[in-house]
Amino acid sequence: MTYLDHAATTPMLPVAVAAYTEALGRVGNPSSLHTAGRRARRDVEEARETIAAAVGALPTEVVLSTGGTEGDNLAVKGLYWARRAQDPRRTRVVVSAVEHHAVLDAAEWLASHEGATLVVLPVDAVGRVTPEALRAELAAHGDATALVSVMWANNEVGTVNDVRGLAEVAHEFGVPLHTDAVQAVGSLPVDFAASGADALSLTGHKLGGPVGVGALLLRRDATCVPLLHGGGQERDVRSGTLDVAGTVALAAAVHAAVEAVPRRVVELAALRDDLVARLIEAVPDATLNGVPLDAPAVNGGPARLAGNAHLSFPGCEGDSLLMLLDAHEIECSTGSACTAGVARPSHVLLAMGVDEAAARGSLRFSLGHSSTAADVDAAVAAIGPVVERARGALARAGERVGS
Amino acid sequence: MRVLAAMSGGVDSAVAAARAREAGHEVVGVHLALSARPATMREGARGCCSVEDSRDARRCADVLDIPFYVWDMADRFREDVIEPFVAEYAAGRTPNPCLRCNEKIKFSAVLDRARALGFDAVATGHYARLDDGVLRRAADPDKDQSYVLGVLTADQLAHAMFPLGDSLKSEVRAEAARRGLVVAEKPDSHDICFIPSGDTRGFLSDRVPDAPGELVDAVSGAVLGEHGGVQNFTVGQRHGLGLSRPAPDGRPRYVLGIEPVSRQVRVGPAEALEVTALTTETPVWHGPRGVVGDVTVQVRAHGGLAPASVEVHDDGLAVTLGAPLRGVAPGQAVVVYHGDRVLGSATIAATS
Repeated sequence: MTYLDHAATTPMLPVAVAAYTEALGRVGNPSSLHTAGRRARRDVEEARETIAAAVGALPTEVVLSTGGTEGDNLAVKGLYWARRAQDPRRTRVVVSAVEHHAVLDAAEWLASHEGATLVVLPVDAVGRVTPEALRAELAAHGDATALVSVMWANNEVGTVNDVRGLAEVAHEFGVPLHTDAVQAVGSLPVDFAASGADALSLTGHKLGGPVGVGALLLRRDATCVPLLHGGGQERDVRSGTLDVAGTVALAAAVHAAVEAVPRRVVELAALRDDLVARLIEAVPDATLNGVPLDAPAVNGGPARLAGNAHLSFPGCEGDSLLMLLDAHEIECSTGSACTAGVARPSHVLLAMGVDEAAARGSLRFSLGHSSTAADVDAAVAAIGPVVERARGALARAGERVGS
Repeated sequence: MRVLAAMSGGVDSAVAAARAREAGHEVVGVHLALSARPATMREGARGCCSVEDSRDARRCADVLDIPFYVWDMADRFREDVIEPFVAEYAAGRTPNPCLRCNEKIKFSAVLDRARALGFDAVATGHYARLDDGVLRRAADPDKDQSYVLGVLTADQLAHAMFPLGDSLKSEVRAEAARRGLVVAEKPDSHDICFIPSGDTRGFLSDRVPDAPGELVDAVSGAVLGEHGGVQNFTVGQRHGLGLSRPAPDGRPRYVLGIEPVSRQVRVGPAEALEVTALTTETPVWHGPRGVVGDVTVQVRAHGGLAPASVEVHDDGLAVTLGAPLRGVAPGQAVVVYHGDRVLGSATIAATS
């Protein structure tokens, strides 16, 4: 098997597996006062400090959660409710057009159920939100804006946003900024304090930790209304018995992944560049979506996720490509949202101005810590005949529709 | 062979896929998403297109250890099945969408794509037998679906596989349970999958503008009342005629015919429903040419059987019935059998 879908989930790092399995054997609720509870509390707090140190946050700013979806929902809804409570005029929720559904659908829900006005910021042809677009919006409606949410790095095309620049603009107008950094942490340099963001979502399973554990980094001075009410374990913003083993494993993974970023970025970009060049050599009319591979740095890091290769193959259906590659034991993704497994053209590509046919004929190959040159070779060897066959299938469908 | 198993999420298609695999074929399961906005959960015994059905299909594929994909056929289904279904009713005819789906979707759009992607055949959970390209009735007379497959051409049949044709439904359910398929006890689906409410009239009234016409007594020619549109009627229909007064003789009245241009609906007594000849269009024929006697025709999915002889033309079949049939609606298919063998089919254009 050739696994080129690390952006969906990536194998757990051995250090995280070791920390996880070791901690699973111990009893103790961190909220208990006895010895077992104190031991568990110590494990959690040390893990919290490790995570905080790795991502430039204070330990108190780490709100442990179940992952990206919960973090995004807590930030978008919680900041909205808190900001509107402070000033009822603040009902505008500003998100980019290329957000993950965890942000987009949360914001749409606020619009349909909580009286919010949803404002979707356009992106440019590479999928990036410009600080100018945000400034134009906030200059007109800053006083009425509850929050801004713009992702750090896009999960489909890998485009990295200038989060620092966006946060500066938001703060000029006194508006908090949340960033979904699920794809960014462990893939490129992320420093919460330096970024200026008020809230940042991260999750374990995209960086070598377990599924079901993540964190929302929330600035000390940010107020946020909880989604989950109960024991108030996490700063009274998030309730639920803490997952000691999961948190310990998350910390081990974050520490290892962040430490490896400088080396990993270089290695993955080299593999990815080779993959893109050879895919286009095999299929000359294939095109790379998103930021060009030689684009200048953003906030001192890569302008595109180093492991991301997202290409359109004209004349193909993405799900035909996926199925044929699967039969060749190449595992990748169309990168688009699924309902009942039905591929819809990606909202990210459409927002970038890619036409619907090209959007449907796209594939995302995402490399990660276990990727090798042999994976690249396998994908390159398969792509030519797979594209040819997928084109035949779409051409036949076209003939019948036309007849 | 490389076989694509169309998996609805029901018990029949799951067992069909299992049998294709057990026969040594390389099987890939595909669920056809036929609705652009599928419901999350299945409602009642109708429909097979909810997300829940898709998950049932995927779970079965997992148990069978075959790859599984969902193919989005919603656009094709709308163009080739739903829109013609509405147009046929609006024209005063009575369509059969299941047959159209087999003809245009499962054994056309899906089969074409499957062949282009390297598959040799499409397997479904239909109850029908197929030997050397000859389509026959299923072993289970209650479940036989050869009628809705009668429209398939020789080329389509050459790439079709119906692994359940020799089995009884009860055996298929037992086999599903034995194989650990969670759908073993799932209720059968009925009626029209894209009208999960079962309210065909309501579905049509949302899509066909009202165009009033007269209800006329076929015997006396008297105008009995007005109706809202021909889409509300099917030949043989007794209820919902909207007549306030009973017939003079006190006997029930039925729809005898629908005139699409004048929108006149003729009603009359039951015996006036009887027809002895059918003219048809768009034939598919596997049998000998010329006049073929000693055949049985079937004019709707359940029942509607009569002995007949058939004169085969390029543009239709002229059917002479050996015994009268009632409630034969233009737009329905007539399928011609010799014994249990399907000789062909055509769409009923007119009756007399």
